[in-house]
Amino acid sequence: MSLVSRHLEENGIPTVIIGSALDVVEHCGVARYLHTDFPLGNPFGAPGDILSQIGLVRRALKLLEEAEGPNTTWRTSLGWRGGDEWRDDYAKVDDSNREELRLRGEKRRQRQIAAKASGETRAPMISEA
Amino acid sequence: MTEKYDVPYMRRTRDFYRAQGYEKDYVWAHHDETPFAPPPKSLRECRLGLITTAMPDTVEGRAKRQVYASMTTPTPHSMYTDELSWHKSVTHTGDLGSFLPLDHLRSTARAGVFESLSGRFYSVPTEYSKRNTAEKDAPGILKLCREDHVDVAMLVPL
Repeated sequence: MSLVSRHLEENGIPTVIIGSALDVVEHCGVARYLHTDFPLGNPFGAPGDILSQIGLVRRALKLLEEAEGPNTTWRTSLGWRGGDEWRDDYAKVDDSNREELRLRGEKRRQRQIAAKASGETRAPMISEA
Repeated sequence: MTEKYDVPYMRRTRDFYRAQGYEKDYVWAHHDETPFAPPPKSLRECRLGLITTAMPDTVEGRAKRQVYASMTTPTPHSMYTDELSWHKSVTHTGDLGSFLPLDHLRSTARAGVFESLSGRFYSVPTEYSKRNTAEKDAPGILKLCREDHVDVAMLVPL
């Protein structure tokens, strides 16, 4: 998505990204980024949390209007309603799942070989995390 | 109790794929320079386009990963997000307002914050291939935005 943002900016369309993967977006470099500190999947807030969702829409629009130069990141102070345990959980690798992940990788490579043989030229960036 | 910290997604992803037996680490896009387009006019006069990494929840959208344009009205009941890497063990994508806020944007436009929401919103697939994104999908999204006279864009990766 950061590459799409950059392409639009290069062609005169101002953009704002709203997301929750700070390192990925800042590593690429985008014009305006509103970082929301939530688990991946709900950058505007938890399902059903309409007030947060509307508030973040407004915040993103404000960033779109007020940023004065590239690589402008704003962060919100909102936290995830279920606490912070999710931070340790994402794409976790430890002794409890090491063998499962190895087997998953083997199956995935078989699917990738089959997809390539059938002429598929596209693959998801990351999946199954 | 877990402390707050920025989740290092790039490192987590690298370690996760190494654990699956992949030997070649993904190389994330990186640039030293960042393009910046100032708003061409007041936001109150701008038409906004919304761009998502979710695919349409249709037979085609589920089967084929590509750029799509879908009508913003009526708001779709759902989007296809199964192939994306969001945090499936702690949340869900059943509420579009949490990642594709078409209704919230419409109400914000009605309040006069910006002029209007484009008649279509746009899906762009997340891609392992940066070349596919940069050379095919990004120009495809730009073309759609121009067709719809989009002045400013909001991009929402899951």
